[in-house]
Amino acid sequence: MIGTPSRPTRAVTGWLLVLPATVVLAAFTHLPIVTTLIASLHSRATAIRPARFVGLDNYRSLAADPVFWKVMGNTVAFAFGTVPVSIALALAMALWVNRRIAGRGLLRLAFFLPTMLPMIAAANLWLFFYTPDIGLLDQCLGLAGLSGHNWLGDPSTALPCLMAVTIWKESGFFMIFYLAALQGLSAELREAAMLEGAGPVAYFRRVLFPLLMPTTLFVSINAVLNAFKMVDPLFILTKGGPSNASNLLLYYIYENAFSFNDGATAATLTVVLLGLLAVLAISQFVLLDRRVHYR
Amino acid sequence: MTRLPGILTVAAWMLALLWLSPLLYALWAAFHPAAFMAHFRPGAPLTLDNIRDAWTQAPFARYILNSVLLVTSVLAAQILLCTLSAYGFARFDFPGRDLLFLLVLVQLMIVPEVLIVENYQTMARLGLVDTIAGMGLPYMASAFGIFLLRQTFKSLPRELDDAARIEGCGALGTLWRVYVPLAKPTLTAFALVSVSHHWNNFLWPLIITNSVSVRPLTVGLALFGAPESGVSWPMISAATLIAILPLVMAFLIFQRQFVQSFLHAGIK
Repeated sequence: MIGTPSRPTRAVTGWLLVLPATVVLAAFTHLPIVTTLIASLHSRATAIRPARFVGLDNYRSLAADPVFWKVMGNTVAFAFGTVPVSIALALAMALWVNRRIAGRGLLRLAFFLPTMLPMIAAANLWLFFYTPDIGLLDQCLGLAGLSGHNWLGDPSTALPCLMAVTIWKESGFFMIFYLAALQGLSAELREAAMLEGAGPVAYFRRVLFPLLMPTTLFVSINAVLNAFKMVDPLFILTKGGPSNASNLLLYYIYENAFSFNDGATAATLTVVLLGLLAVLAISQFVLLDRRVHYR
Repeated sequence: MTRLPGILTVAAWMLALLWLSPLLYALWAAFHPAAFMAHFRPGAPLTLDNIRDAWTQAPFARYILNSVLLVTSVLAAQILLCTLSAYGFARFDFPGRDLLFLLVLVQLMIVPEVLIVENYQTMARLGLVDTIAGMGLPYMASAFGIFLLRQTFKSLPRELDDAARIEGCGALGTLWRVYVPLAKPTLTAFALVSVSHHWNNFLWPLIITNSVSVRPLTVGLALFGAPESGVSWPMISAATLIAILPLVMAFLIFQRQFVQSFLHAGIK
């Protein structure tokens, strides 16, 4: 006769099962969060002087650093510049691909393919578009009789260039979430709306868009999260320049830690990023939790 | 379903063409002599020289091998650790379980690359800088994988446990014989998402590696294309195509599974 294992035995088994993953997670996520917080309260260590406790000094000097505010502004601008456009495009792509349209499979492939590429490769592909004079963008302008432009070297266009690559890379990824949501809607919905005399525009505005709201919310939050952590294309396209015009938070952390050797500032910046991510995580939890009640 | 109005179909195709154009352009540049890189003429001569030159100028074969080693070791460790702990979280009652699970979820938001500074120091202390292990270790327990598998395990009927116990299976035996086979679709979805994520990952591998024998393809490609290296544009195009080819091929073959997996994984 095989009995049910006792409660304590099962508790021990449970602990042992979750132990290995928990140890790795603690070592590379939770512990570093704590040590980053501690490091942000200490001065920069040099060869002759070890780090000492300085309280909030690092935060004060960060608040007084114009580059920091520039980088924060860029990061927020980057999020606002990429997220709404990617989402609008993703929705348009999903609506197209969901309908009977010539070459549907190829369209879906074209929209989704950039998602599969490494961001480094995507940035390489786009680099040539932006190259002054011989790049494709300038050649197209040349055909229209306009003169060339140093897209990545001009502070006013460097950040928008990065945004374009990101929109290109991410729209197709968000498309599949809309596609899944659209396929979950019943086919009678459209017919009912048409019978009520709603045109395609009214149907979209009054019926489809509100029903897709949970998806839009989910996608938006994840898109903002991605925007705050965006870093890869900077290594290829702008290196954050010219004069920080396209520098973003995670790249600035990287620069401080590995180029300027300023671990204290890097830690303080990391705390700022962690704070932003935490706010987003909590808002996702609250907003998406409320969505359940609408169902 | 009604047909789309013609103008919308044209708009869809214009966007698709725009979306494919960077790739189409890279194909053009990679397979034509440098003189034609900005002159699009139908009769331009084709060449494989750029591919050959890119392949011989940088150790791409080694980079591909490193990427394959990284991706497979991370995936193997993730599947082992995530399956075990998802099973623990889904089916066992132990004190502190819910709090611990909440702590696991923290990694969904705060991914290891945000904590590069501290993680680099940890790797230095462990002597794992510039090793495949150091590159993979921070990712070997994935909150995302644990979450996904826990959801799947919880949806399976508990009667299966009892049946397995009567057959004489212990906890691990039940996991291996009952849970893992039934969770195969979830495991496949997770595997595809994990492989494409780590094949494409850049920042952490860039920081933690500094030699050819460890560097993955993304880092190798970034170094190859750096302006200091003075490599010509057609060669960069060729190298970029080399770097994306394995994943794009896999994607074209398993398109449906990929889209399904990303969906499955994203809806959580």
